[in-house]
Amino acid sequence: MELLLQIINGLSIGSIYALVSLGYTMVYGIAKLINFAHGDIIMIGAYTSLMMIPVFAKYNLPLWLTVVPAIILCVILGVLIERICYRPLRNSPRIANLITAIGVSLLLQNVVMKIFGPDFKSYPKLFDFPPLVIGRVRLGINVIITILLTVILTILLQLFMQKTKYGKAMLATSENYEASKLVGINIDSTIMLTFAIGSGLAAVASILYVSSYPQVQPQMGSMLGIKAFVAAVLGGIGIIPGAVLGGFILGIAETLTRAYISSQLADAIVFGILILVLLVKPTGILGKDLKEKV
Amino acid sequence: MKKFRVLWLIVAAILLITACGGGGEKTTAPDDKKTEDAGKSGDTIKVGGLAPLTGDVAIYGVTATNGVKLAFEEINANGGILGKQVEYVVYDEKGDPTEAVTAYNRLVDEGIVALIGDVTSKPTLAVAEVAKNDGIPMITPTGTQKNITEGKENVFRTCYIDPFQGVILAKLAQKDLNAKTVAIISNTSDDYSQGVKNTFVEEAKKLGLEVVADEFYTVDDTDFKSQLTKMVALKPDVLVISDYYKYVALISAQAKEVGLESKLIGPDGWDGVLETLDKSNMDAVQDALFTNHFSVKDTAEKVKNFVDAYKAKYNESPSAFAALGYDTAYVLKQAMESAGSVDKKAVVDAIKAIEFEGVTGKFKYDEENNPIKAVTVMKIDNGEYVFYSVEE
Repeated sequence: MELLLQIINGLSIGSIYALVSLGYTMVYGIAKLINFAHGDIIMIGAYTSLMMIPVFAKYNLPLWLTVVPAIILCVILGVLIERICYRPLRNSPRIANLITAIGVSLLLQNVVMKIFGPDFKSYPKLFDFPPLVIGRVRLGINVIITILLTVILTILLQLFMQKTKYGKAMLATSENYEASKLVGINIDSTIMLTFAIGSGLAAVASILYVSSYPQVQPQMGSMLGIKAFVAAVLGGIGIIPGAVLGGFILGIAETLTRAYISSQLADAIVFGILILVLLVKPTGILGKDLKEKV
Repeated sequence: MKKFRVLWLIVAAILLITACGGGGEKTTAPDDKKTEDAGKSGDTIKVGGLAPLTGDVAIYGVTATNGVKLAFEEINANGGILGKQVEYVVYDEKGDPTEAVTAYNRLVDEGIVALIGDVTSKPTLAVAEVAKNDGIPMITPTGTQKNITEGKENVFRTCYIDPFQGVILAKLAQKDLNAKTVAIISNTSDDYSQGVKNTFVEEAKKLGLEVVADEFYTVDDTDFKSQLTKMVALKPDVLVISDYYKYVALISAQAKEVGLESKLIGPDGWDGVLETLDKSNMDAVQDALFTNHFSVKDTAEKVKNFVDAYKAKYNESPSAFAALGYDTAYVLKQAMESAGSVDKKAVVDAIKAIEFEGVTGKFKYDEENNPIKAVTVMKIDNGEYVFYSVEE
């Protein structure tokens, strides 16, 4: 029984990793760029939601609706970052993009620190419902919402990629840049759309995160970003179901290590799994070994 | 080459912004360094201060020095010490041991006769090692780590030490909460957390309490559900959360979420937890007990006067750090007056022999220069800190 509860705990933290790692994976798949500022988009989402709470409380709207302004701001920010910081460097060496990404991440953290101070701020309870009790199992509402929402959003994203014109354009771009250009795909707007979707998902993740851990602070995105990046690599970077699988595996591995081995080893084991996977299957769990034809 | 120009522009912009951030912090330092009521030059007693006024732990440094400043203002208004005005000079050490030692040397060069500080344990220990050789009277208001004063004749503190709180918490669990089984969760990356934890476990065993869980986490963790879920099945009567309020807020809320029904207790790091929890999560710490240095609600005249004066000057309630800073200034005054001079050796001897009664209680020093004082226990009730008891 306890094992089941621990797995659910793992799924709930894993869901957040999964949502964040979707942003990493999509951007990497299409723009071949590791967007290190992605973790900080989550932080911006959390602060936006926190700032909007008094307004929503005044009109008696449910607090979780603050996800809407968070999504709007994160999408705008994500698109702006792409437009201003990454697009001019698209044909530069990879290292330039990487350094810029780290710079943007520090910039976002420092701006927030300047405006709101370096200290953490408390966050109210988002979903104020009693927990679900089935026999001896007791589940917090936010755990259930987190897991369900992640699964639903992943399915929707997958459908979008496979069924719609824009999704297909994204897939084509990730397959071959130049060839997609030749068949008339607008690369700029496709990449912009990728950033918009990734940032929107990060905003959702930020709300789920603060519903479980009710504190926000300027550096909250760093560790979360790294874990999500690991999840993306673990599942196979560039592959959408891979990001979600990687997130879940990471969350469960972390929780079970804390519960049954040692909490001090949790991070060591998580990164150990990553090294192991990279040694055995460098493309990640769901990655295909692509042989380039010459 | 155009793309490189853009890159350079971005790099320059980032540098500029981070540089502005750093510069902004630094400009506050000279402001805090300003001397208090200097009086006639040459006819003052110069007391040095060290504290983190910027950086991660600035909140502790600022409130502790606010307490010291308030005390010296009162002292100066009442005629000073030995007929001389006190000049209090504080340097910011940003919570960094190296900066603290540098700042200490600077203070000594400037001719201070005594030192109040440092505030957090690590830099305090570094400064104490150097001050030991100078023989200058040094009192840390808030450095709780045990070895700060060990083997150092001239180094004192106003707070009690970490391990002492563990002992008090174990007694509290047994005596007041009738606990048979206890659990503890602590931060492996923090000396303070471990110091309290170790003595708690030791004392609990001595008292015949069964320690059913001894769980850990590390500094970056925000998820404690797996450790807490494990405890649910063990049903401990009491759970000790041995850390600062930031973690207490997260752990207590998650304990509530996974359905842990143990009573919560903790050390003085809990002070501030109510300000950290949102109203909607307040029930997570209902009825929790924690040890502290003084209570804002205490009705004793001395405490009331201090709280009122502090509120009037700084427009907020004093923290325990402020109270300890305030008391430290008065310890120094009393010692200098009974020594009849500001001679280093005479003042050290006078502190050693002191019988002091202040805002944080009555105390004298033991052979390791730790105050022998009572611990105030606070209870959290309906989102407020309530005075619970005083434990010897």
